[in-house]
Amino acid sequence: MFDPMKRTPLFEAHEELGARMVEFAGYSMPLHYQAGINQEHLTVRQGVGLFDVSHMGEVRVVGPAATTFLQYATLNDPGRLKPGRGQYSMLPNATGGLIDDLFVYREGADDYLVVANASNTAAVVRHLQDLAAGYDCHVIDESDTVALLALQGPGAPLLLGQLVDDDLGQLKRNATLDVVLSGIPVRLSRTGYTGEDGFEIFLRPTDAVSVWSMLLAAGASPCGLGARDTLRLEAGFPLYGHELTETSNPLCTPFAWVVKDKEFFGRAAMWDPACATRLIGLRLTERGIPRQGYRVLDAAGAPVGEVTSGALSPLTRDGIGFAWVSRELAEPGTELAVEIRGQAVAARVVQPPFHLA
Amino acid sequence: MKTPTELRYAESHEWVALDGGTATVGITDFAQDQLGDVVFVELPEVGRRVSRGEQMAVIESVKTASDIYAPVSGVIEAVNDALDGQPELINSEPYGGGWLVRIGLSDAGELGSLLDAAAYAASASEEH
Repeated sequence: MFDPMKRTPLFEAHEELGARMVEFAGYSMPLHYQAGINQEHLTVRQGVGLFDVSHMGEVRVVGPAATTFLQYATLNDPGRLKPGRGQYSMLPNATGGLIDDLFVYREGADDYLVVANASNTAAVVRHLQDLAAGYDCHVIDESDTVALLALQGPGAPLLLGQLVDDDLGQLKRNATLDVVLSGIPVRLSRTGYTGEDGFEIFLRPTDAVSVWSMLLAAGASPCGLGARDTLRLEAGFPLYGHELTETSNPLCTPFAWVVKDKEFFGRAAMWDPACATRLIGLRLTERGIPRQGYRVLDAAGAPVGEVTSGALSPLTRDGIGFAWVSRELAEPGTELAVEIRGQAVAARVVQPPFHLA
Repeated sequence: MKTPTELRYAESHEWVALDGGTATVGITDFAQDQLGDVVFVELPEVGRRVSRGEQMAVIESVKTASDIYAPVSGVIEAVNDALDGQPELINSEPYGGGWLVRIGLSDAGELGSLLDAAAYAASASEEH
């Protein structure tokens, strides 16, 4: 059956801006605008960029047992959150891997909003609903009633501060604040996926065009999914489907800090792994661009791993990426190589982020 | 999308400018637009012999690495060294400063199989 691509409330706005639209997770989304990925990337590092991320999923978990349930269902501990705060987290499967990575906001004592990747939202909702069967709480997919923008870059607080009455200097990292933008109620979260200061803006889909236009008029530049990917990679953030998968154990990655020592779903399969391979950051010391699936070689030229994401850092112009490599080669400083079109291109294990070195 | 009428084209999106027995080769405006920001270019060695349709270069954009094929057979006489430091010339001047290689033709008869601007534009718009 013909299954048309889904659209965010900003589809027409993207087309009017001359965006290159691509299919992503079932949605027609902007890959880049006329400035191009590199320029959009640098705008977020140096100015203010605005992203439409309305394709992301929003799942409410609410009820007297919501905290206990999410402490069991997710790897971080939402019980540590005060209302109005959020945390990066992950959703484990039964076999030691992940169904998705998440951002979990505590909106009230017994009320949470879970933000999931668009491509995984259906699976996240299904899993949470199944798992919540024995708990006094409800899992509700609110994805279609929430639009989401991301205003990112060092200039974001000043730009947004001119449009609200509130003092955004008081809004801490990972905290949320309800504000009114020229008469439109929105929820701000001081979060992002770029490695820069900035805000994510939750709003009603019917308000999305107005707020988008308002922020562009105030000086933000539209940025697409292409720059979102290079920014997150440079900042050392994982992307589900690349660094994190159904079979990758987060305890063998730089994101092991998320996993708290408590009872959680799938703990027996995940806990205390041997980590025969580890996820590491790579910086090429010769010219070249690592890409997903390229082989990683040791100093003798033997294959020891595989790249999960790679790019030419728009900021430093080095080839950078994540890769799984044999445990004994995972120490920062270890000299490795990436096989690019049959050639071994020298690389070094580094600790992300890649752009602050 | 610009397709200058004085050039000849391959369906694989290379353009060819003839000057006697030498063909200057680049990629088309359509191709650079599809690739997006070019960030890295790997060109062949001068003196290498290439056959029509043979992979001779790689252009990497932010998102992907793309093979570039020789639109005509011959010997690589020169490569555009400026692309080493300014790969973005392929985006900004695909028919000028973004040229890739010059090939000394070994078979002028092959030129007849290249497309004119109208035929290439039609072929590219079908792909789009």
